[in-house]
Amino acid sequence: MSHQHGATSFWGELVISLAIITLFVVYLWAAWQLRSRRGWSWLRSVSFASGIVLVLLGLSPTLTAMAQHDLRGHMLQHLLIGMFAPIGLVLGAPFTLALRTLSVPDARRLSAFFRWRPMRWLSHPLTGFVFSIGAMYLLYATPLFAASQEQALLHSLLHIHFLAAGFLFTWSLIGIDSAPHRPRLRMRLVVLFLAGAAHAILAKAMYIYLWPLGVAADAEQIRTAAKLMYYGGDLAEIVLLIVLFAQWYRNPRCQRDLASQTVSVLPSK
Amino acid sequence: MSDPSLAPPETGRSAWISALIGIGLMAALDEIVFHQLLAWHHFYDQASLEIGLLSDGLLHSAELIALVAGFFLLFDLRRRHTLAPLWAWAGGFLGAGAFQLFDGVINHKLLRLHQIRYGVYLLPYDLAWNGAALLLIMIGVGLLTRARFVQAQRNLSAAETRLGESL
Repeated sequence: MSHQHGATSFWGELVISLAIITLFVVYLWAAWQLRSRRGWSWLRSVSFASGIVLVLLGLSPTLTAMAQHDLRGHMLQHLLIGMFAPIGLVLGAPFTLALRTLSVPDARRLSAFFRWRPMRWLSHPLTGFVFSIGAMYLLYATPLFAASQEQALLHSLLHIHFLAAGFLFTWSLIGIDSAPHRPRLRMRLVVLFLAGAAHAILAKAMYIYLWPLGVAADAEQIRTAAKLMYYGGDLAEIVLLIVLFAQWYRNPRCQRDLASQTVSVLPSK
Repeated sequence: MSDPSLAPPETGRSAWISALIGIGLMAALDEIVFHQLLAWHHFYDQASLEIGLLSDGLLHSAELIALVAGFFLLFDLRRRHTLAPLWAWAGGFLGAGAFQLFDGVINHKLLRLHQIRYGVYLLPYDLAWNGAALLLIMIGVGLLTRARFVQAQRNLSAAETRLGESL
């Protein structure tokens, strides 16, 4: 954990931040395009903006500098970028916005892409579960995290992975973009249950075995980071559950029974 | 469809859904009061078994789902005018009591996940904990008996009305 590393990592974070800001500008531009037609819900824009802000907070120089030497800083980054930011981004319905603003042939191509078989596999909650929670076990229970502290590029890739996997998982659970293969509510609930449990178990294991493996940090610091992860995970799970059930509650097709629930797509206004 | 307010109350469903909420609330209360406010419970106890770590994680995730799912399902019953309040209260107390008893016997004693308090003579604490659980269960059973009685009365009067109409 040298100072040189600190400098290079800063550039990695800056590049990701700029990419995220560009994405936000494109989103706002697309929403602006729709103003004269049916319009675009400002709530979705606000939701997307909050996701962007959370990513930027997670990548802020202050937190990045703290994460260099303090595991609690890293854990805050992990919670902000990988768990809370994706909720805002997903509820911003970016793909719905894209479909509405793209030219008809391009929109057809995009929706054909979503019907593509590998997308069915990729957008299943279990895939998101493996990419996000599975990767965390890999990161903390192996020397991978210790290596990421030494190599700036690996460190930046890690943040990109947190964001991408978090988005994929969150989108598969509570996405409001219409998806041809979105599994039933019951399946999504089961995966969320497993994810919540796996996250809590990993947090406690870190507390007990003082993981991440091979990191020479103060035991008290690791324990605080593990608790942060545990309760932060709780909060994220509760928010996901509330959104999931609110979608169920609002959807007239599945008011009768959980079993009769097939897809949860918000009616497009 | 006929007037939704005439739909028969879903008594069993009301009780089960509230039991979920009771479980979730008790778990939340345990987390907030004993872990955070009093700091009697430890985040992790060295005497825990490995299997305890696993079951604790699964249970913890299930508790969160029980709490959120319970409230939404209850709102749904209310929206459909089929909520039976007395049955719901009975279910809530039974769920809370059953969870407290489960925590006191399985988690504290069998799995030894954690104890109620550390560095004290445990017996009075265990008795108070499980005694409170039994009290909650007893209130639940009382409410359930009352709910059954009211339901039977209602069925009886409905049958009498039908009989009167047919005569």
